[in-house]
Amino acid sequence: MTSPGLSPNGLPPAQGLYDPRHEHDACGVGFVCHMKGKKSHSIVANALQILENLDHRGACVEENTGDGAGILMQKPHTFLVKAAKEAGFELPEAGQYGVANVFTTRGGDSWEKAKETFAKVAAEEGMPVIGWRDLPVNNSTLGKSAKASEPLVRQVFVKRHASSKTDLEFERKLYVLRKVAHTAIRVGKIDLSWYAPSMSCRTLVYKGMLTPIQVGEYFLDLQDEAMESALALVHSRFSTNTFPNWERSHPYRYIAHNGEINTLRGNINWMLARQSLFASELFGDDINKIKPVINIDGSDSTIFDNCLELLVLSGRSLPHAMMMMIPEPWSGHESMSEAKKAFYEYHSCLMEPWDGPASVAFTDGTMMGATLDRNGLRPSRYYVTHDDLVIMGSEAGVLPVDPANVKLKGRLQPGKMFIVNMEEGRIVPDDEIKEKISMEKPYREWLDKNLVKLADIADGAPAPLPDHETMLKRQQAFGYTWEDLRLLMVPMARDGVEAIGSMGTDIPIAALSSKAKLLYDYFKQLFAQVTNPPIDCIREEIVTSPLTTIGREGNLLDPKPESCHLIELKTPILSNEELAKLKAIASGQFASATLDITFDPKLGAAGLEAAMDALCAQADDLVKQGRNILILTDRAISVTKAPIPALLAVGGLHHHLIKQGTRTMCDIVLESGEPREVHHFCTLIGFGCGAINPYLAFETLDDMIRQGLLVNVDHKKAVYNFIKAATKGVIKVASKIGISTMQSYRGAQIFEAVGLSRSVVDKYFTSTATRVEGSDIKIIAEECIQRHMRGFPDRDSQVHALDVGGDYQWRKEGEAHLFNPLTIHTLQKAVRTGNFDTFKQYTSLVNTQVKQFYTLRGLLDFKGQTPVPIEEVETVDTIMKRFKTGAMSYGSISGEAHEAMAIAMNRIGGKSNTGEGGEDPARYTWTNEKGDSKNSAIKQVASGRFGVTSLYLSQAKEIQIKMAQGAKPGEGGQLPGSKVYPWIAKVRGSTPGVGLISPPPHHDIYSIEDLAQLIHDLKNANREARISVKLVSEVGVGTIAAGVAKAHSDVVLISGYDGGTGASPQTSVKHAGIPWELGLAETHQTLLLNNLRSKIVVEADGQMKTGRDVVIAALLGAEEFGFATAPLVTLGCIMMRVCHLNTCPVGVATQNPELRAKFSGDPEHAANFMRFIAQEVRELMAELGFRKLEDMVGRTDVLEARQAVDHWKARGIDLSKLLYSPPVGPEVGRFCTQKQDHGIEKSMDITKLLDLCKPAIENGEKVNATLSIRNVNRTVGTILGHEITRRHWQGLPDDTVHLHFNGTAGQSFGAFIPKGVTLEIEGDANDYVGKGMSGGRIIVYPPAGSTFVAEENIIAGNTALYGATAGELFLRGMAGERFAVRNSGVDTVVEGVGDHGCEYMTGGRVVVLGTTGRNFAAGMSGGIAYVLDEKGDFATRCNTTMVDLFKLEDKEEIEALYDLIKKHADATKSQKAFKVLALWEQTLPQFVKVLPRDYARVLKALKKAQDDGLTGDDALIAAFESNSKDVARVGGG
Amino acid sequence: MGKPTGFIEFTRELPADRDPLERIKDWKEFHLHLPEDSLKKQGARCMDCGIPFCHSGSLISGMASGCPINNLIPEWNDLIFRGLWKEALDRLHKTNNFPEFTGRVCPAPCEGSCVLGINDPPVTIKNIEVSIIDKGWEEGWVVPQTPERRTGKTVAVIGSGPAGLSAAAQLNKAGHTVTVFERADRPGGLLMYGIPNMKLDKKEVVLRRVKLLEDEGVTFKCSVNIGTDITAEQLRKDFDAIIVATGATKPRDLPIPGRELKGIHFAMDFLTANTKAVLDPSGKYITADGKDVVIIGGGDTGTDCVGTSIRHGCTTVTQLEIMAKPPLKRAANNPWPEWPKVYNMDYGQQEAAAKFGDDPRVYLTTATHFEGDEDGNVKAVHVVNVEWKKDEKGNFGPQKIAGTEKVLPAQLVLLAMGFLGPEQPLLDALNVERDPRSNIKAEHEKYTTSLPGVFAAGDCRRGQSLVVWAFNEGRGAARECDRFLMGATSLP
Repeated sequence: MTSPGLSPNGLPPAQGLYDPRHEHDACGVGFVCHMKGKKSHSIVANALQILENLDHRGACVEENTGDGAGILMQKPHTFLVKAAKEAGFELPEAGQYGVANVFTTRGGDSWEKAKETFAKVAAEEGMPVIGWRDLPVNNSTLGKSAKASEPLVRQVFVKRHASSKTDLEFERKLYVLRKVAHTAIRVGKIDLSWYAPSMSCRTLVYKGMLTPIQVGEYFLDLQDEAMESALALVHSRFSTNTFPNWERSHPYRYIAHNGEINTLRGNINWMLARQSLFASELFGDDINKIKPVINIDGSDSTIFDNCLELLVLSGRSLPHAMMMMIPEPWSGHESMSEAKKAFYEYHSCLMEPWDGPASVAFTDGTMMGATLDRNGLRPSRYYVTHDDLVIMGSEAGVLPVDPANVKLKGRLQPGKMFIVNMEEGRIVPDDEIKEKISMEKPYREWLDKNLVKLADIADGAPAPLPDHETMLKRQQAFGYTWEDLRLLMVPMARDGVEAIGSMGTDIPIAALSSKAKLLYDYFKQLFAQVTNPPIDCIREEIVTSPLTTIGREGNLLDPKPESCHLIELKTPILSNEELAKLKAIASGQFASATLDITFDPKLGAAGLEAAMDALCAQADDLVKQGRNILILTDRAISVTKAPIPALLAVGGLHHHLIKQGTRTMCDIVLESGEPREVHHFCTLIGFGCGAINPYLAFETLDDMIRQGLLVNVDHKKAVYNFIKAATKGVIKVASKIGISTMQSYRGAQIFEAVGLSRSVVDKYFTSTATRVEGSDIKIIAEECIQRHMRGFPDRDSQVHALDVGGDYQWRKEGEAHLFNPLTIHTLQKAVRTGNFDTFKQYTSLVNTQVKQFYTLRGLLDFKGQTPVPIEEVETVDTIMKRFKTGAMSYGSISGEAHEAMAIAMNRIGGKSNTGEGGEDPARYTWTNEKGDSKNSAIKQVASGRFGVTSLYLSQAKEIQIKMAQGAKPGEGGQLPGSKVYPWIAKVRGSTPGVGLISPPPHHDIYSIEDLAQLIHDLKNANREARISVKLVSEVGVGTIAAGVAKAHSDVVLISGYDGGTGASPQTSVKHAGIPWELGLAETHQTLLLNNLRSKIVVEADGQMKTGRDVVIAALLGAEEFGFATAPLVTLGCIMMRVCHLNTCPVGVATQNPELRAKFSGDPEHAANFMRFIAQEVRELMAELGFRKLEDMVGRTDVLEARQAVDHWKARGIDLSKLLYSPPVGPEVGRFCTQKQDHGIEKSMDITKLLDLCKPAIENGEKVNATLSIRNVNRTVGTILGHEITRRHWQGLPDDTVHLHFNGTAGQSFGAFIPKGVTLEIEGDANDYVGKGMSGGRIIVYPPAGSTFVAEENIIAGNTALYGATAGELFLRGMAGERFAVRNSGVDTVVEGVGDHGCEYMTGGRVVVLGTTGRNFAAGMSGGIAYVLDEKGDFATRCNTTMVDLFKLEDKEEIEALYDLIKKHADATKSQKAFKVLALWEQTLPQFVKVLPRDYARVLKALKKAQDDGLTGDDALIAAFESNSKDVARVGGG
Repeated sequence: MGKPTGFIEFTRELPADRDPLERIKDWKEFHLHLPEDSLKKQGARCMDCGIPFCHSGSLISGMASGCPINNLIPEWNDLIFRGLWKEALDRLHKTNNFPEFTGRVCPAPCEGSCVLGINDPPVTIKNIEVSIIDKGWEEGWVVPQTPERRTGKTVAVIGSGPAGLSAAAQLNKAGHTVTVFERADRPGGLLMYGIPNMKLDKKEVVLRRVKLLEDEGVTFKCSVNIGTDITAEQLRKDFDAIIVATGATKPRDLPIPGRELKGIHFAMDFLTANTKAVLDPSGKYITADGKDVVIIGGGDTGTDCVGTSIRHGCTTVTQLEIMAKPPLKRAANNPWPEWPKVYNMDYGQQEAAAKFGDDPRVYLTTATHFEGDEDGNVKAVHVVNVEWKKDEKGNFGPQKIAGTEKVLPAQLVLLAMGFLGPEQPLLDALNVERDPRSNIKAEHEKYTTSLPGVFAAGDCRRGQSLVVWAFNEGRGAARECDRFLMGATSLP
């Protein structure tokens, strides 16, 4: 297999903080095929055209160098015969040979040897070489990088294996040959470029590091009219890097994949573990030649393809294998057939899902198919034509088709598959394919017989609950604190939810803490940002599943009834009773064994290591004896026995068994006193644990009940709640990286270790990133022993009470905090008195603390430099231009605090940030005698899109896309109704008293190319504003930042994990993400390696408190800097950490008017802070000899790591990677010097619409026009809209501009258009129609002459009306997934929608004249939907957590509905609408009204207030108040 | 946290004290308790701060801000709100050996730095504290806890004041055999004789705790003067370690004309004799009965003299304070969370006001000389007003204002102007190094003196200070002493 660094085609080797493992890609994918299997050259030509039309989905930084593109087709026999003849040899009949395209090294002397070796291997495998030909290519258009790494592509033909009776058998043999040849030639280092894109008797792949348009130009074969195929699959790649890589182009051998496999690490580990059990009659002895099955250096798509190939060649059909790898969510499915459920359930025993956003098009050359993951996070649209073509693409309109020729327009639905069966000449729908496959074996019967439910196992004897005294000792020995009990466990046990906190974290990382930290604390959760979306596991619970199985896995390649002889667990967290069952089990094949995981603390680290070795050895023995449930227990804890950290035991044993090849022969169950919070469970499961019994946590709950610390629950209920909260918590953490099922989360290792030595990680947590090293096994042992001593001291001199903790709230004896009484006081005093000396006292306090090993930057010192006179250093004023305040929404903080911050930043020439709550337009014009302004320079666009209107965007100097937030990366947010005060609702465009939900992902960003699209949209919405993308530090963030730079962002912000928040689960505050130092340095290094650094401004934030912090950030690579917590403190915040409770006693983070009155902050205080910081920066610059701030950027050479010799833990920290500077040439810019090319000039708005609409823009005169449109015309109307908004804040009279388009609109059609603009499409539209619409009107209907039934076909893509605030949308036809997501004011009519319709909607009216997908109205808190439920089954697909369903009764409402449908009918000429209206009396009863409960309650309160004679704001306030007192009010869950 | 909105809903409420005119008739404590349900509300006012300044114990601008022994205030406030008194007591004892003392006599820097105090009256922390411990005693939850195992090491603690007692308690807990030497006839030091009974009941509160310590194994040897009764060398020989906790008992004198007159006493002599007499009714004391009393010094000791004099039956009482009358609200240069330098009436002043109609304090006033009668008894104090400003040399200080001279009749004058440091003979005998202020030289948090195995804690090390700082030091010195004796320690 390839190793990084070996391949001239590959990525650069890991260096500094850069690691090629973190590369991502996304893409456009498409295919075309003839339904009846008719081969033609036009199929190939059409496919190449599709590719060209998907060009904007790929990326291109250097001219003419793409990220990769390619085509997969049927073996073009006719052409090959001709080509072979030209090359001087004859080919046998079509079925009698296999063909491969092979990358080989261009030039050099490896070829002869490679050719010879291949010939030898092929002969040995019984498939002798027929001949070779060099593929004729035209590389004249290739870019510099592509050319520099260009391989010589050769084509080889081999004879059919004599034993192969069928093509499939021959394929299997060719697979073996490919593997053997690869091992001999590539791994054997004969030719390091050797790579076969395909080797098959059915298919052929042409691909390379090409732009889409180059594919056809480069491979001359493709232009040959004889090149015929009945199917062709194409793919255009967008990678996060600029490194030349030919191999990573798609298609792969069976698939082209758009998306990302989040569970990859786990899937790889499990496949490695399974490999040793592989046995197959089909392969026979060949089985060992194909190992390793997985190319672990490949991309996720490569590896996916590897596994799929194995499953198919070992005897499963392609759809069957796809169903295994990307299963539908079956466990809670309300309407799935029993057989299909059984299929999925059975196969879940064989293999975990490969989870993540994926649209996979697949083919084996005989059929064509496509499937979409359960979340449907990738668009896939298809047309079927009357002349039997099936055209599918990531977008509609990729191939021009005469409207009259269109038979059908469809889209792939979440979890669904479709197959073109060319033999039968038809499309086989999802249900039919899957039912058929599901019926092949009696899966249900097998399951009934073999799969055991935990509840059905006989009871064992659970351990009794002990008394308080003995428990306290053990609690102490496991490091329990009072805070754990009070803050974390009580909410879990009492309410079944995780604890919520606020204001981020400012304690040392585990490796720098002077306290004995639990091993869990060294691991930081990874999360999705940009390249894949996190999932909303609450609102989209239908896709999640906590189910797992434990026991001994069977042979993946030979499924038998007993392969599912496993125990099924509803959750991996076990009660004592459940564990007792497992301990006692002795039925079927199950045999459990209990292994002690304690060690003698007197023996120290050696004792710990010996105990681990003994544990592994004992496990090996037990597995040999046939024990398949290994229960690790630390119940033996005593004076002489300290517990091994449970995570060490689990991770260590898991990896040991993987290495032994015995991992799947048993499962690991943990019985431990240690785990008690969500993060503990996450790490244990993430490192392979099958089930966990946290017995001491349960005992603690019992004890707390006895003591009265936990009330209103009994023990049983408390345990139930605790397990529920823990399970939900783990699912939530998994969903942050986009994983939906517990099963695939298990072993997925979605963590980065911070501060653990390589030796520990390699041995016990193999393949986990750990980049600054740190604590080794000695330290881990020491930490254990310290805890143990606490519980079992030599002398008992303590008060018998738990330690304080102090991780969450400052305590003298607890963990250290950067913000503590002294630093807060001194800072406030300094800025209030304006005294720089006092400020220096403050910074000296902070910096001293930092140096006492709180932070990584604290470990850095400046190297002596030649100073420059301070007068020569740039001024405080210019430095402050680089300062920003963090995004804090109006809503999370009070208007007083929010405005003070804006005034302060405007006063000093820096930038404040709106946060995600919108902004009152009155602030855009407000000023005072000092000339102050309240307009925030940075307008944030977050996933909730609250207050994001055309006007809002037009007032920005910078528009920031928040991909993640330091305190809760990968999560959404929720503002409960009680906090949506009328003035908050006003700027957010929502209803007072109605809760608001921000989704975890941006529903228009599921991948890097989507982000590029949103950046483009926002740039269109305000061409003057810089676009910024906010990321949170985690391993791989540098690679993502490179992608962001390629997506044309002007600024990228790297946030530390420690940043503040108004409310976030404590698990996220503490355990997700990493310090900014690492993320920033990785970003700078990666951007340099890619030569992208000069194209983008890099900003950093996260607990920045002093000038020293700023200077270190600059030296590590930032040129702009953000502050949030510190400026808040200057305005009076005293770190109450109760922002989420609305009880901030100093009026900063509250909306309560009584408390807001206590706000005593003054903008000048925040301004003083900025001035002081800048002054400090200046002083340091002088000291270090820098005159300009930009000269400092990335100058790690003036930094050195201090030796932390005084610290018992920090000694092992190694910062060399942090300080690494990639060896790039002088041509590579070190800071931002270039402007991004946003391609705006080429847009239709600039080239056509602005001129056309000038009379409207300037004078409000009417404009009407007709134009044609294609899918490559993206974001049409947005610039026009911006120009109107700029001049007319309220928009123009309706229909002032009316543009009629013919064709297929590209993405984001009509985004943010204001009132007065009507856009009409005769044709169809892609994703994001009417995104952020701000008063405009969009009408879409099929072209005249269409033959299909409009309402049964797809007219618009996914995520229409996302965040739209006002206007109208009429779609004659069906729309895709997430229709009207977070709509807050648009009235719309559509004739059918996909899954998750009206999700998170807060206002407006949605009429659906047809069917809906599943999970309709999830998280919908406001607005009303009317669904024409002709079949009467709508209720089963509606998520009624927050809404109620009604019949229509109110006369006025019925009339209003009628009018809206009438408008639709008039605008679109919808037959469906006309029919509904014509038969109004009959159809009216079929309408279901979907009304959110919150909204209904507020409407009622409002009505009452109005009946009481109140009007306007008074009525709203009265309604809000009466509503917030309503105890029955529900939030969003 | 009990009730997030408690501070919005409830207002600060303290228990009423006994009526001043009633309480001055006896020596019993004057504080009363709040009923439990009211305390619950007061507990609910605690905001459970992310940074509880009340618990911090920092020195800001030279004054204590927050609790010097880092009482876990938010934790027990919450427990009181929940009605979990026993658990509250456990949390309280975790940092504080003697809450019944701090709950009575501490000036409560915790309340001065309470976050709620930024813009509202602070939480009644001190009252909650005393309520918890008093209930603990009442319910019988405070019981002797003897160490499981003795280390065989012996420690002598010299001085049984706050520092000595807390050191003894901690060392005993760690298993050492502790002997406390006290030169007075009863243990307690300042707690016994320095603070009047109405503020801190000797029998019911101080001796009860001493008895408990004895039950836990601490030996008290009273009326023993180290240096005379036992030599310093002997003590060092007999014990593995020594903790010196003798306090700062050297009073500041007022060397002005007439100082030698009879009837001019140091406050501590007056208070000590009085308490002795309260405990032993036959005892002698300096009476203020029927006298015009002038107390020089506006601090807590002065206040105790006021309360005591009134109980004796003085004719008038005047308290001289050289500083200006503090403002009613915090001054701009005295922001939260600094110790609030604001005007308030302590119990003595309240009693004086009730009996004589006014606060007895006279501000910006200093005595210039004492006038005696023919028998050498003091008869009047001559005073003059001062203003604070720079003198010709540029030194900031009180400058007398000509023409403001006054004469106050006085038959009893009490000097309550603070203390200058530890008495030196014992320290000389030990031959331990001193700092320039005559305190024993030892670092805070380390407590090691120039002599190995000898530790210093409390006012004899840091100079005159609060009882609660003495607790902080006694606990800290015990920890360091334990480390010295055993090589490691788990004392906090």
